[in-house]
Amino acid sequence: MPGIVVDRLCIDFPLYHGQSRSLKRQVGKTLTRFAPSSPSAHLMHDQRERTIVSVLREISFTLRSGERLGLIGSNGAGKTTLLRALAGIYEPVAGRVRLEGTMRTLLDSSLGMNPDLTGRENIRLKGRYEGLSRQQIDRIEQDVQDFAELGPYMDMPVKAYSAGMSVRLAFGLATASAPEILLMDEWFLAGDGIFMNKARTRLEELVQKAEILVLSTHQPEIMRQWCTRVLWLENGHVRMDASPDEVLDVYLAHTG
Amino acid sequence: MEDMNARSPVLVLEPQRGWGLVRSAAADLRAGLRLFPLAAALGWLDIKMRYRGSILGPLWLTLSTAVMIGATGVVYGYLFHMDLKTYLPFLSLSIVLWGYIGTVVNDAGTVFTQNTPLFHSMRIPASLPVMQVIVRNLLILLHNIVVVAVVFAVFRIWPHQIWSLLFSLPVWIVDSFCVILLIGMLGARFRDIAPIVASLMQIFFFVTPVIWKPELITTGRQYLLLDPFYSLLEIVRAPLLGRTVDAVVWGAALGHSVLLWLLAAILFCRMRSRIPYWI
Repeated sequence: MPGIVVDRLCIDFPLYHGQSRSLKRQVGKTLTRFAPSSPSAHLMHDQRERTIVSVLREISFTLRSGERLGLIGSNGAGKTTLLRALAGIYEPVAGRVRLEGTMRTLLDSSLGMNPDLTGRENIRLKGRYEGLSRQQIDRIEQDVQDFAELGPYMDMPVKAYSAGMSVRLAFGLATASAPEILLMDEWFLAGDGIFMNKARTRLEELVQKAEILVLSTHQPEIMRQWCTRVLWLENGHVRMDASPDEVLDVYLAHTG
Repeated sequence: MEDMNARSPVLVLEPQRGWGLVRSAAADLRAGLRLFPLAAALGWLDIKMRYRGSILGPLWLTLSTAVMIGATGVVYGYLFHMDLKTYLPFLSLSIVLWGYIGTVVNDAGTVFTQNTPLFHSMRIPASLPVMQVIVRNLLILLHNIVVVAVVFAVFRIWPHQIWSLLFSLPVWIVDSFCVILLIGMLGARFRDIAPIVASLMQIFFFVTPVIWKPELITTGRQYLLLDPFYSLLEIVRAPLLGRTVDAVVWGAALGHSVLLWLLAAILFCRMRSRIPYWI
């Protein structure tokens, strides 16, 4: 049974600004410990403590099969970090995340694609990263080719693509197969006209097939339409966790 | 930790302590090894992409090595008053092997930082890009070996004791893996590591008997054993040139290797989960 359990999840980021990240500082710190009067000792005295940004603090929630969670909040509230923590990219600093089910992450519009490789090569590589079989990859390649309508560009390096073409390729690839758990950031909703309609249908199909969806977006109408539950994040805390209508009414009133 | 055999894969993420660190590091290694075919494909693509659109393609690797060996051979052969018939085979083998060592160590510093978009778009075993660097450099090595073969053929020398590679190459592969992992993690945390390593390797190139023969040092040759690159180079190079490797050289090679493995293992267990935070 697919499910997500997040228990008191905390994510902190060390800030390595300029000199604070350098080896000099670290060596200085060590020297200071051994020989407090050595010339390098003064290097550290003023800023011994590492600067830490606490992005997520004590987040807890449970998602069962069939639930579609929307993440809302201002920029910097921790939405993308939470998605990455769910994807297992950032392992918890404290707390626990347990995921059961096949997972697909649509976090970054480039999907980690290599601009020097052709569209086709990128599709095949992506399939291999996810550990798919050759037949599955063949099917996905055909599917993306039909959807993205790149024609001869399929065999050209991705860096030669127009912005629209690379979005079509990335989107087609990202939505080519349905996982049990789908984690999405909002980039895929940016687009235009005809493509958007086509994309919308394809995305809806995918969302229907996925058993659990976690979606981060700024667009309230999409949330009302797709989500069964909304989590409002503010400065790394859960401000509200309820049905879309309840949260969105308060949220929209709050942000004006 | 991932359990791929279960019908629905389960992923549990939490801060680890003690043996938990070792177990999750081992799980990461296993996940990486399962992706080895992908790492091999990526390593090959690296080379293909570098030479995409060039006429000679990867043959440039072979050609530039040949030019390098030819030029160095004539100049240093003259300077050191060496007989080219013995010096050139030695030099070609040395330079090609050092080429592998040098680029592996230099590539190591940026192995994780170069893959930032990938590491931020999905969960990736840390060993995947590490294996990619090894495969890429082994392929370059294979291209360069052609030059050595030609030099050996010209001087009608047959490589001796080829069986010794059965023992020395595995040590090299494991060492490559550990050194890339180790320097890669340090390089992800401290951006100064890559340039520091690059200049250190410059020094090691001259300190280590690569272009000069170890026999040139008459007194204090035992201190060469402190240079990890000397013993590691020697266990591959000497048998092929028909010299026997002293037990003490093999001992030094293994000693340095074990030290490296331990360091890499400890650091990997402790730091593995921090890599995506750093890059």
